[in-house]
Amino acid sequence: MAISKDEIIHIANLACLNLSEEEIERYTLDMQEILEFANTINNVNTEGMSETIAANNKSNVLRKDEVKTFENIEMLLKNAPSQDEGMFRIPKVINN
Amino acid sequence: MIRDDYEVVIGLEVHCELSTKTKIFCSCSTEFGGEPNTHCCPVCMAMPGTLPVLNEKVVEYAVKAGLATNCTIEKNSKNDRKNYFYPDLPKAYQISQYDKPLCREGYVTIETDEGEKQIRIERIHIEEDAGKLNHDEYGRGTFVDLNRAGVPLIEVVSKPDLRSSKEAEAYLRKLKAIFEYIEISDCKMEQGSLRADVNVSVRKKGSKELGTRTEMKNMNSFRNIVRAIDYEAERQIEEIENGNTIEQESLRWDDISGKTFSMRDKEDAQDYRYFPEPDLVAINLTDEYIENIRKTLPELPESRKKRYKENYGLTEKAANFVTASKCYSDLFEESIKICNNPKTVGNLIMSDIARILNEREEEPDELKFTGKELGELVTLIDKGTISSAIAKKVLEELFNEVKMPSKIIEEKGWIQISDESAIKDVVMKVLENNPQSIADYKAGKDKALGFLVGQAMKETRGKANPQMLNKMFLDELNK
Repeated sequence: MAISKDEIIHIANLACLNLSEEEIERYTLDMQEILEFANTINNVNTEGMSETIAANNKSNVLRKDEVKTFENIEMLLKNAPSQDEGMFRIPKVINN
Repeated sequence: MIRDDYEVVIGLEVHCELSTKTKIFCSCSTEFGGEPNTHCCPVCMAMPGTLPVLNEKVVEYAVKAGLATNCTIEKNSKNDRKNYFYPDLPKAYQISQYDKPLCREGYVTIETDEGEKQIRIERIHIEEDAGKLNHDEYGRGTFVDLNRAGVPLIEVVSKPDLRSSKEAEAYLRKLKAIFEYIEISDCKMEQGSLRADVNVSVRKKGSKELGTRTEMKNMNSFRNIVRAIDYEAERQIEEIENGNTIEQESLRWDDISGKTFSMRDKEDAQDYRYFPEPDLVAINLTDEYIENIRKTLPELPESRKKRYKENYGLTEKAANFVTASKCYSDLFEESIKICNNPKTVGNLIMSDIARILNEREEEPDELKFTGKELGELVTLIDKGTISSAIAKKVLEELFNEVKMPSKIIEEKGWIQISDESAIKDVVMKVLENNPQSIADYKAGKDKALGFLVGQAMKETRGKANPQMLNKMFLDELNK
């Protein structure tokens, strides 16, 4: 299962990762191994089997539409490196 | 104006916030306008280890939307992750639906200059909204408010069946009306509960292939959507005529300059790496479930329109106009229960109420008075208590302050003068002051009568009964 260096760079870009040349080389090999491992599944004969939608057979796990207020917002905000006026503060996002 | 030898092709992706009480995957309130981050919990703030649980109402509302737009409901459906990085998306993925949306292949009917036209719907799927970024004007950074993160949306994707900005507007208005009728969303565009991504391309007339399209995201006013489509279509035609090619890209519409600008998206920005959401299970709907929802669907605009024409004698135009908005239609129904005069109610809505709203730059859902007031107003006209000229003034008042019309005319002293001797006094006075008009009338100029009636109305500040005035002038002039 071949994966090109360009594909690794593309995937790294999507994941917002900066990889060094050495890392790109290494991950290309790693990724090939992973794909080969997963490729085993492709060889299973699935003819006549119905499509699997989810990892388990459960369906319709649903919740009633009833409001429950979460009280400890401060605790959640506290996880962020910076906060102000009840909001997460992040570096300026240029929004155009 | 778009050149005759070109055709504009438009497709809309309409996002509509559902009016459930809670978010799609957690029990936080969806209420608009709360203090920042007060409608949040570990789930919608994407804390590690939390798991989403689907809100049953979201499925119900999406199925309702599908049924009301003639879609096929998919009995086996699932959720998928759409991966992208943006600070308003705390999980760095949006839970949406990819290859198994809840609804497929529907249509809505719009009215065009050439008659009715069906606009096909490719799919309707459920997904979660993102949070809101507040940009600080002092450059202190960006502030993230996640109250809206996880509010349920449906996305309605049309086929590229729309051929003008006018058709796009009609389609969007029709969807809005349908969603208001079935009460799945408040459809408030100014609050962003209804917004559209607009795809535009152009091609030479007769060409079968679609041109390259550009996309304008998150448009939330009818006016800007129309302007943006017209501008973008003309820009594309000009580019093609100049020998350039159109690049497929996302554009930003700027309503101040009235132009579109390239957002310079990275080439791979559209690579969302969808995959099935492992934290949620499949959605399996039974025929019984779908049929039960079908039974709860209220009367839709098409049916009301037919009824208004057949039972109440409204014109095609009036019936169309009144049913185009649920607010108008409900106002109409409530009013006629009180006054039993559908034609006058229809006309008041179509002409005066729509005009005043337009002047105030408001939408029908911002109307404060109800059928109780409008019904009484029409009753007062029918009884001759006020003239239709006064009725218009009462309407203006109703926009400022909701009060019963009988109270308004009493306070303002607008009750119509139907007392014969009082009117006679006015008629005699007007005749005395306008001998020329009498001579004109006698010389065969019928217009002079209108002038005299007008003078008498002026004299009584619009309060005289116009039928009585007319008759009395005629009696005097023909003596």
